[in-house]
Amino acid sequence: MQPITNIDATSLPSEGAIKIEIKESAGFSCPVPLPAGGRVLLGHGSGGKLSAELLNDVFLPALGNPVLDRLEDQAVVSLNGMRLAMSTDSFVVKPLFFKGGDIGSLAVHGTINDLAMGAAKPLWMSVAFILEEGLEMEVLRRVVASMQDAAETAGVQIVTGDTKVVEKGSADGMYINTTGVGLVREGICLSASQAKVGDAIIVSGMLGDHGIAILAEREGLKFETEVRSDSAALYELVKTLLDATHEVRCLRDPTRGGLSSTLNEIAGSSQVGMELDEATIPVREQVRGACEMLGLDPMYVANEGKLVAIVSAVAAEPALAALRSHPLGAEARIIGRVTKEHPRMVVMRTTFGTTRIVDMLAGDQLPRIC
Amino acid sequence: MKYMDEYRDAKIARGIAAEIRRRSTRPWVLMEICGGQTHTLMRYGIDELLGKSVELVHGPGCPVCVTPLEMIDRANALARRPDVTLLSYGDMLRVPGSEMDLFHVKAEGGDVRIVYSPTDAVELARNNPDRHVVFFAIGFETTAPAHAMAVLQAERLGLKNFSLLVSHVLVPPAIRMLLQSSRNRVQGFIAPGHVCTIVGVGEYEELAREFHVPIVVGGFEPVDLLEAIRLLVVQLEEGRTEVENSYSRTVLYGGNRAAQDAVERVFEVTDRKWRGVGEIGSSGLRLQEKYAAFDAERLFGLQDVRAEEPSECISAEVLLGHKKPTDCPAFGTRCTPEKPLGAPMVSTEGACAAYHQYRRHLVTL
Repeated sequence: MQPITNIDATSLPSEGAIKIEIKESAGFSCPVPLPAGGRVLLGHGSGGKLSAELLNDVFLPALGNPVLDRLEDQAVVSLNGMRLAMSTDSFVVKPLFFKGGDIGSLAVHGTINDLAMGAAKPLWMSVAFILEEGLEMEVLRRVVASMQDAAETAGVQIVTGDTKVVEKGSADGMYINTTGVGLVREGICLSASQAKVGDAIIVSGMLGDHGIAILAEREGLKFETEVRSDSAALYELVKTLLDATHEVRCLRDPTRGGLSSTLNEIAGSSQVGMELDEATIPVREQVRGACEMLGLDPMYVANEGKLVAIVSAVAAEPALAALRSHPLGAEARIIGRVTKEHPRMVVMRTTFGTTRIVDMLAGDQLPRIC
Repeated sequence: MKYMDEYRDAKIARGIAAEIRRRSTRPWVLMEICGGQTHTLMRYGIDELLGKSVELVHGPGCPVCVTPLEMIDRANALARRPDVTLLSYGDMLRVPGSEMDLFHVKAEGGDVRIVYSPTDAVELARNNPDRHVVFFAIGFETTAPAHAMAVLQAERLGLKNFSLLVSHVLVPPAIRMLLQSSRNRVQGFIAPGHVCTIVGVGEYEELAREFHVPIVVGGFEPVDLLEAIRLLVVQLEEGRTEVENSYSRTVLYGGNRAAQDAVERVFEVTDRKWRGVGEIGSSGLRLQEKYAAFDAERLFGLQDVRAEEPSECISAEVLLGHKKPTDCPAFGTRCTPEKPLGAPMVSTEGACAAYHQYRRHLVTL
């Protein structure tokens, strides 16, 4: 999936969630090696295994430090006894406007949601525009107004910014980078490394809306759909959840790479397995239909207004009730549990009673041909 | 989803599986031909559901997988030309050629794009008269009509900047080759529903008669496949070797005549190499002489681009059903979907990739 082909170092796992031991076998050499790491491929921005490789091979060796190395969706730093969360994200979505949002609202929601996943109340944001020469001023005005609208609704102030213009052809209309700063709730520490055997896995609603809404507008792929992007600010939903229980171990928003990538990251960080119940995975009928037509799996399609919560078994029901009490979590479901078996693997219990792996995406999710 | 959910119904599926287990007196060896069917079997864990009543082996029906190495090299050579826009189905971009895949050619500046339909390629050629648009036309009998239509459409529009890089293969010659092998273990076939939608079931009746093997035309949903397996098991238990159609909601006896006409107008039968298998006589299609102007291989003189396949990968054994993907010492270790050693690990419809994606947790690596 490539609605947003950005590279967000803070949201990537330290390794492909499933590490496979390499065994030597005599006389078995690689006949068709791909050149290792010669060029950046689109798949490096897909949030899957290639992105993880990029992080491990390029970014962490050069930039690693104790805060970055934690690889959460946001960095948490202490200052005068306060814990501040910081996160950055770039937005290159095409088209700029889509059902349910635009690049402006997305640039606000994307960044502040990464803060919210660390239990931080988003307070301030920066915004940097890279504009393509020739972009219609009216388009820019609409995007900026939409940003302000989204920020105001979320209670965040955009306090600094920057603009660069590049030659026609050097950017696709516009790219936006935003950085957010927020205050972490006292006494709470969420991390992808804290999932424990027996914990419940909860999603806050229907999966795949954003990715399908974007794909429906793509050049060469246009199809009619009622599906709207779920792009939304999630802090209020997080607050409702954290008010209800202290037993939340981890929150993540399953954006690029979808739910599968997010769960694989958590399973990898926490060295646990996960078992999902296929019958409980919430996917809208229209999204299922579109995925069927395009040969995609909703488990890999991007969301921009959903969260995954890993909570202790005893807190599962109260957590679910709290999420459901908020409009953004009305369709929340418990979809599985954390297991001791098959560590670092996410396994789906199918409706047939059989099992299959839910893997991380190798590159971009590609349409199948027949 | 109507007309879909019915064929994914767990209760019905379990019922059919129970009957298969009841009827089967020994582990019959059955092969599904099509990669789409392999994918469904793995995704739904049908093998788990059937236990030891049936052994499923997976046929050579992944078009992406069997496209020969030298055709990928030819596509790469075309995509490197500054005057060419190369279009293909998405999966094709990740298939490694001798040196690299199309994604890497794209990253190096090649104009490579993914399309869903070959007619989009015609449209692109029409709108970009200064570019030569090549469509990488791969696949079985299923995709051939659309490729034929694209050529006819381009001809009608008088386009001089559109061509196909054709790498078409046909299913029945591959089944024939399998059945003629002295090492063949397959006792019954699930014929590919989409292919039969185009060509009908006549050719499969010939195969069944000649080789005394039951063949059931199957669909792609789990209930479709279970029903096809059940019909095969019943035939085998009763000693019958007929062709049955369990996918009659789509497949007509005579197939789709209009689609066949289009293919016959544009293409002709030729020998083809299959990646991982080798050359099979009369097993593919090429453009007829009168459509030479739409043949990218001739236009750009690519016939001489040749590649020898490495012998280390056991894909031939897998594609012919002699071995399971998990029998390969490199499976999941040195051969993964990110770094495939050979064809069946490349596409999600390839047998190795399907095992790797869905069934790895049941294997001790």
